[in-house]
Amino acid sequence: MTPPGGETGSVHSPAHAPHGAAGHSNEESYQPVLLGGVRDELNRILERYPTKMAALLPALWLVQDARGWVSEHSMAEVAQALELTPAYVKGVVTFYTMYHQHPVGRYFVQVCTTSPCMACGAEDTVAALLRHTGCGELGSTSPDGKFTVIEVECLGACGFATPIMINEEFVESVTPDKVSTILAQLR
Amino acid sequence: MGFPHAIHAREEAVLSRHFGDSNALSLDGWKQRGGYKALEMALGMEPAAIVNVLKESGLRGRGGAGFPTGLKWSFMKPGDGKPHYLCCNADESEPGTFKDREIMRWTPHALIEGCAIGSYAIGAETCFIYIRGEFSEPLRAVGNALGEAYDAGVLGANAMGTGKTVNIYIHKGAGAYICGEETALMNSIEGRRGNPRIKPPFPAVAGLFGQPTTINNVETLAAVPQILVNGAEWYKKFCLSNPKSTGTKLFSVCGNIAKPGNYEVVLGFPFKDFLYEMCGGPLPGRKFKAIVPGGASVPIQTPEEAEATLMDYEGFVAQGSMLGSGGVIVFDDSQCMVKLIGRFARFFAHESCAQCTQCREGTAWVTKILERIEAGGGTMQDLDTLLELSENMTGKTICVLSDSCAAPIVSGIKKFRHEFEAHITGKRCPLRSRSVA
Ligand SMILES: Cc1cc2nc3c(=O)[nH]c(=O)nc-3n(C[C@H](O)[C@H](O)[C@H](O)COP(=O)(O)O)c2cc1C
Ligand code: SF4
Ligand code: FES
Repeated sequence: MTPPGGETGSVHSPAHAPHGAAGHSNEESYQPVLLGGVRDELNRILERYPTKMAALLPALWLVQDARGWVSEHSMAEVAQALELTPAYVKGVVTFYTMYHQHPVGRYFVQVCTTSPCMACGAEDTVAALLRHTGCGELGSTSPDGKFTVIEVECLGACGFATPIMINEEFVESVTPDKVSTILAQLR
Repeated sequence: MGFPHAIHAREEAVLSRHFGDSNALSLDGWKQRGGYKALEMALGMEPAAIVNVLKESGLRGRGGAGFPTGLKWSFMKPGDGKPHYLCCNADESEPGTFKDREIMRWTPHALIEGCAIGSYAIGAETCFIYIRGEFSEPLRAVGNALGEAYDAGVLGANAMGTGKTVNIYIHKGAGAYICGEETALMNSIEGRRGNPRIKPPFPAVAGLFGQPTTINNVETLAAVPQILVNGAEWYKKFCLSNPKSTGTKLFSVCGNIAKPGNYEVVLGFPFKDFLYEMCGGPLPGRKFKAIVPGGASVPIQTPEEAEATLMDYEGFVAQGSMLGSGGVIVFDDSQCMVKLIGRFARFFAHESCAQCTQCREGTAWVTKILERIEAGGGTMQDLDTLLELSENMTGKTICVLSDSCAAPIVSGIKKFRHEFEAHITGKRCPLRSRSVA
């Protein structure tokens, strides 16, 4: 027997769907996300909870796994599926930092700069990442659309300073001299 | 075990014995290492008897507050006709803390077994493990282990063939430190913004979905199977100082120290030996300047205070700090305290859920002042303002995030005042060559 609701929210797909252009949508061409297998997954998730609202975070993860980000259209779609208002869903989306409200680079790079990592040189790691990806500054996407680098708070891996996350995957103990090798493996 | 280091002779590896051993990840591997005996035993006991073993063992919560686990469980009344819930707090986001991640990525079945025993003991048929969204590896490890446990009939509607229902699900967080606060975590599971709730009512009365709920940290729950199998007397003997602090504890060590990592010691262990012997002391040519022993939310210790500390709940308090989450952050003499404290403040300002004025305004304001002092534009008046703001941020809000922001500031100004003053009078950071002001 498998747990009602499959294994675990959105852990199943470490590889992100292509971000950027593929994630764009406009008024006319919005394609619903919660169809087919994704809908089945949401239905399984709903069985775990006594309320529909409780499936909101998992549903938003399903959307982001499929599309790379959570658009206003997707928020409205999720709202309808869970009998919530779009405004309520947006209020929740904006509370949490991991839901992207805009398309991001194919590789979304998060670097911890909280004090323990800062004491171990996190700022130099950030500088090296910005230089080697061509992002220029934190939060912007590189001209080739491949990278977005952001600074984040403690990633819970402080003994492995500086940890970075590339999409769903951790890379530990990143020092400036290792940056070009790490990025070369992605290109 | 000081993963990724070999186990140190003076460690007591109860929870960490199998860290680094990938054969312990699977259900079969876990059973070969004695796993699920405790659950089998528990399901044959009366819930109240399990709670009594926990009470007797002296186990206290490892999530930060140190509340006695057996006592917490005894607030739940199985058979009151209401659905009960167990929440496992795996949001681990306290800067300096990375022990729960290690437990989940190496011994996920230890956690699942602890959750299953806990659920049964408090009369809950459903447990949610709330894992922070960034923890991809723990999410995978615990997810796979849960799948195996369901397939083998360990969990589900007929857990271990006993006819009892134990369901455990993962709820994946989405990036918010505040969701580690217990009532914020419950709101987050319910599909709401992660705002902490006003207490009372306490979770045991009205928690998740308004029902009686118990919440425990990963490390707390992972210790439960060991206690049940080996007995309360066995666990209680792990005690080197105060009898109110029993058992082993994982300490995460990071910052400017020779061997960062996780170390498991018996409570009451001398902090001096821990820092210098086990963790290898300062980096070559450096000296320790400041130690934050329990995650970013606790007061900063001087090396003298740290060296006089016995590592238990009472011992850290006696030396001007708290055990907290067990995240030991070490800064050496190459570091600027004003900058580091300012960065801690920025962390809390970023993570404030913003419902309380003192916290929302206070965390942002102290951050601005600290960053201005660091940049060379501070005044002596600023130090008084910081202390005054900190006082207004302490004991006045819905949760203690606000107090946590104040703790390193107040202790920092008290113990490292000369560094603040040097920035102000010299109009720049004395450790840096660049002059700003
Ligand atoms: C702002 C804030 C953040 C917290 N973060 C965590 C956390 O990440 N993990 C955790 O176990 N407890 C955290 N706690 C403590 C929990 O509220 C709660 O006390 C704990 O999970 C209870 O488990 P225990 O009794 O097993 O320690 C946090 C508390 C506060 C106020
Ligand atoms: S103290 Fe801060 S984090 Fe806690 S409830 Fe109030 S505003 Fe939110
Ligand atoms: S402070 Fe960087 S991972 Fe914790």
